[in-house]
Amino acid sequence: MAGRNPGHNALLFVRDLSSSTLVSGDEMATTQLLSLTGVSKEFPGVKALDNVHFDLNRGEVHAIVGENGAGKSTLMKILSGIYKKDAGNINYQGKQVNVSSPFEAQKLGISIIHQELNLMPDLTVAQNIFIGREDRRKGRVFLNNAKLNNAARELLVELELALDPKAIVGGLTIAKQQMVEIAKAVSYRGEVIIMDEPTSSLTPAETESLFKIIRTLKAAGKGVVYISHRLEELNKITDRITVLRDGEYVKTLNTAETSISEVISLMVGRKVDQDQRPDLRPHNNEIVLSVEGISDQHLLRDVSFDLRKGEILGFAGLMGAGRTELARALIGANQKTAGKVTLRGKEVKINNPSDAVKAGIGYLSEDRKKYGLLLIQNVTFNTILSSIPAFSNKFGFLKTKPAGALVREAIKQLSIRTPSENQYVKNLSGGNQQKVVIAKWLTRDCDILIFDEPTRGIDVGAKDEIYKLLTKLASEGKSIIMISSELPEILRMSDRIAVMCEGKLTGIIDNKDADQNKIMQYATKFRD
Amino acid sequence: MSKGNAANATDNELEGGSWISSFVKREIGRVLALGSLVVIFIFFTIMRPVFASWQNVSGGILMSTTVIGLLAIGTTFVIITGGIDLSIGTATALVAIIVGKTVQGLGLNVWAGILVGLIVGGLFGMINGLLITMLRLPPFIATLAMMKAAQGLALIISDMKPVLFTTDVKGWDSIATGNIIPKIPNGVLILFIGAIIAAIILNKTVIGRYTFAIGSNEAATKLSGVKVNKWLIAIYGIGGVYVGMAAVVLTSRLGSARPDLGLGYELEAIAAVIIGGTSLLGGKGTISGTVIGALIMAVLVNGLRILELQQEWQYVITGIVIVIAVWGDNVRRRRSGEVS
Repeated sequence: MAGRNPGHNALLFVRDLSSSTLVSGDEMATTQLLSLTGVSKEFPGVKALDNVHFDLNRGEVHAIVGENGAGKSTLMKILSGIYKKDAGNINYQGKQVNVSSPFEAQKLGISIIHQELNLMPDLTVAQNIFIGREDRRKGRVFLNNAKLNNAARELLVELELALDPKAIVGGLTIAKQQMVEIAKAVSYRGEVIIMDEPTSSLTPAETESLFKIIRTLKAAGKGVVYISHRLEELNKITDRITVLRDGEYVKTLNTAETSISEVISLMVGRKVDQDQRPDLRPHNNEIVLSVEGISDQHLLRDVSFDLRKGEILGFAGLMGAGRTELARALIGANQKTAGKVTLRGKEVKINNPSDAVKAGIGYLSEDRKKYGLLLIQNVTFNTILSSIPAFSNKFGFLKTKPAGALVREAIKQLSIRTPSENQYVKNLSGGNQQKVVIAKWLTRDCDILIFDEPTRGIDVGAKDEIYKLLTKLASEGKSIIMISSELPEILRMSDRIAVMCEGKLTGIIDNKDADQNKIMQYATKFRD
Repeated sequence: MSKGNAANATDNELEGGSWISSFVKREIGRVLALGSLVVIFIFFTIMRPVFASWQNVSGGILMSTTVIGLLAIGTTFVIITGGIDLSIGTATALVAIIVGKTVQGLGLNVWAGILVGLIVGGLFGMINGLLITMLRLPPFIATLAMMKAAQGLALIISDMKPVLFTTDVKGWDSIATGNIIPKIPNGVLILFIGAIIAAIILNKTVIGRYTFAIGSNEAATKLSGVKVNKWLIAIYGIGGVYVGMAAVVLTSRLGSARPDLGLGYELEAIAAVIIGGTSLLGGKGTISGTVIGALIMAVLVNGLRILELQQEWQYVITGIVIVIAVWGDNVRRRRSGEVS
C-alpha cells in the first residue's frame, strides 16, 4: 500500500454510484462488510462445516487456511451461492441475506474467482468481462461492440491492468487471464471478491503484480477473501488469517501478530499421539523400484526415490503438489522430460501404461470411475481387463471358465460384496469398486501398486477394510506407493513418508520420525 | 423409486426367478426388437398376404438386406468402441471398383476376386483407424474425410463408368444369387454366416472384449495396459472387411461395379445398428440386434412398397421408427435403472 493514495483509488470506483456508496478510506477500514456466524453444512456421511465463523471488513484481505478437506472450499461455495448452508447466518452490509444462487451472490456484490478459471477462451477480454450483460443497440438485437470495448477499457485503466480489451483470452498467459477474471469480478461492482488459490499457477513476478492489484482493491474499500496453500504469501498480503480444521473454526489471527509456524500448528491441531501408526513390518532393504530425476513439462522437477519390497511409501503434499502427476509420469500416462526408472536393478523404459503393466506396476487412480473401471461392464470383465491375453488361446479365443473361477476366488479373497461376478460394477459401493480395481491388478500379478487417494469417496467403515487390505498386500511382499491428502491416513499406513511441494520432493521421513507438523512443514516448504 | 431400489430389484431377479424370466430380463432389448419385427411382419401379412410368400421374403426382404446388413454388422464393432464410420457407404463403391478393375486386369477367378475385396476393404478400414489414433482425429471427422476421398477415388479409378466385369468371371453372379442351399440365395447365406462370425469375434475373442472395453472407458482401458490404438486400428479394419464383403455381394447382385452407388448406405447401416439397440455412446451392443434392426428396416420398406405407399413416405416412416426405437430403449433403460 506504500505510496498509494487510497482516496484516489476509491474515487476511481465510483463510476456506478447507484450501487455502491462512496466511503472514505479511513472509514472503510473499520466498517464490517460481511460476517458469517454458526455456518454448518453436512453432506451424506460427512460434516463438511460445523459452526464456522468468519468476518470481513472493508479494505481488508482476510485469508482462510486449512489442510485439504478443512472446509475452505465448502465455505466459499456457500458464500458464493453454489451450496446451500444447513444452518447459520450470513450478514452482508448490515443486512441478513440468503445467498441462494451464484446469480444472487453476484447481485449482492459477492464475486468468486475460482482456481480453475471460468473464461471463454475464444472470446475477447471485453466480451468475457461483460458476458451476459452485453450492451445492445436499439432494437435489442445487435451488439454494441464499441461501447462494450470502451467500458472494458475504462475498467482496465481503473484497475491499472495492462490488457487490450480486444485481445482473445485464449492467447493470454494464465496470469493475464486471471486479471481478466478480476476485472470481471470488479465489473459487477461487487464489494467482496473471493480468490481461491489465485497464485497456484503464477510465477513470482506475476504473483507480485497480482498483489499490486489486490492492494488496489483494498485501497478502494473492497473486501478480499484469500485462500492459499502458499503460507509464505500470507505475510505479504493478508491482514487477518482464519484457520479451519476438519470443518471446524479454529481461530482468527492478526497477520502482524502471528507466525507461520503458529498457523501450521493450528492447521494440524491434533496431538501427535492421537494418530494411529502402522504395526511394525519386518524391515526389508531390497529395493524394488528406483526412480531418479523424473521431470515433466509442467510441474515435476527432478524427483528421485526408492521403493522397497513389502513397504508402503506414503506420498503427502498439498493439492497441486504434483503427486498424481508423478504417478502418471512414472507409469507413462504422461510424458517425462527426464528421468530414469530402475526395476530390481535393471533400467526399464516406460513410455506408456502398457509398458508399466508389463513391468508389474499397477496404478489405481484417485478417480476410479473415470480412470479405473468400466462402469457399464460386470465384475468379471473389470477384474480380467488387464490380463485378457492370459485368458485366451493362441487364436485369440477367450477361455471363460478359468477366468470365472479366478474372479470368484478374488471376490472371496478381497471380500467384494456383490451378488455375483456378473453384477455391473456401477451398482457396487465405492469401497467394493475400489476392491475390483485391486483385484484387476492382483490378477495381473503386479508387484508394485500405486494407490492414488485409496479411500477417496469411500465411507468410514469400508476405509478400515481398505487399510487392512493394503497392510496385507504389503506383508505379502507387494510394494505400495500410497498418495494421500489425509495426514492421519498417511501416518497410519506408511512405513516411510515422501513429501512433495510444487513439483519437487522436499523430503522422505521415516514414520517414527514423522508427525503432522513436520509433514506440513515439508509440504509448505516452510521449515524451522 | 430410487435408483438403488431398482438396482436391488434386478439383483434379486437375477438370483431367483425362472430361467426364462431371467433370460427375458437380461435380453429385454433384443426381445423387444425381435417382437416389433414380428408384429410389423404380421401387420403387413394381414394387409397383403402375398407379403409373407417365400418369394417375397427371400427375394424381396432378405436379399435387399444383404448389403446394408453386412455394412451394419461391421460397423457395429466401430460403434461399440464409441466411434462412428461414415465412410462405409462410399468405401463400398470404391472397393467394388477396385475389385472389378483388379479382376479384369489380372484375370482373377471368383475366389481371388473375393479375397481382393476383403483385403482392400480391410486396409481401407485400417486407414480410418490410423487417422483416428495416430493423428488423433475424431472418428466423425476422419471417416467423413475418408467418405469424400473414397467417393472421388471411385469415380476417378472407374473413369465415371460402371465396371462391367462380372460376366467375365465364372460364378461371380452366383456369389449373391446362386443357391448352395436350395431356396436360400447365397447372398442371404453370406449375410447370416457373416453375422455369426461377427458375433463369435465380438463375444468370444480378445479383440471383441477390447471392443467393449474401449467403448466403456477408453482411458481406463489404456491405463490397464491395453494398447488401445493398435486394437482400434484392427477394429476399424474389421469394419472394413465387412465393407469388402458388402462390395462383393453388391457387384454380384448388380452384375457390375458402379462408382455412383454407396453414398447414403452408411446412414442406413448406422440406423440399423441403432434400431438394434447398440448404444452410440459405446460399450453396449449386439450383432443379433443389428441384424434385427436391418431386417426391421427392410421389412418396412418392402411392406410399404407392397401397400403401394409412395417412396417419400417410406423415408418418413423410417425416420419415425428410429425415433421410436431409441426413445423406447432409453425409457426402458431408465426404468430398469440401467442408466440414470
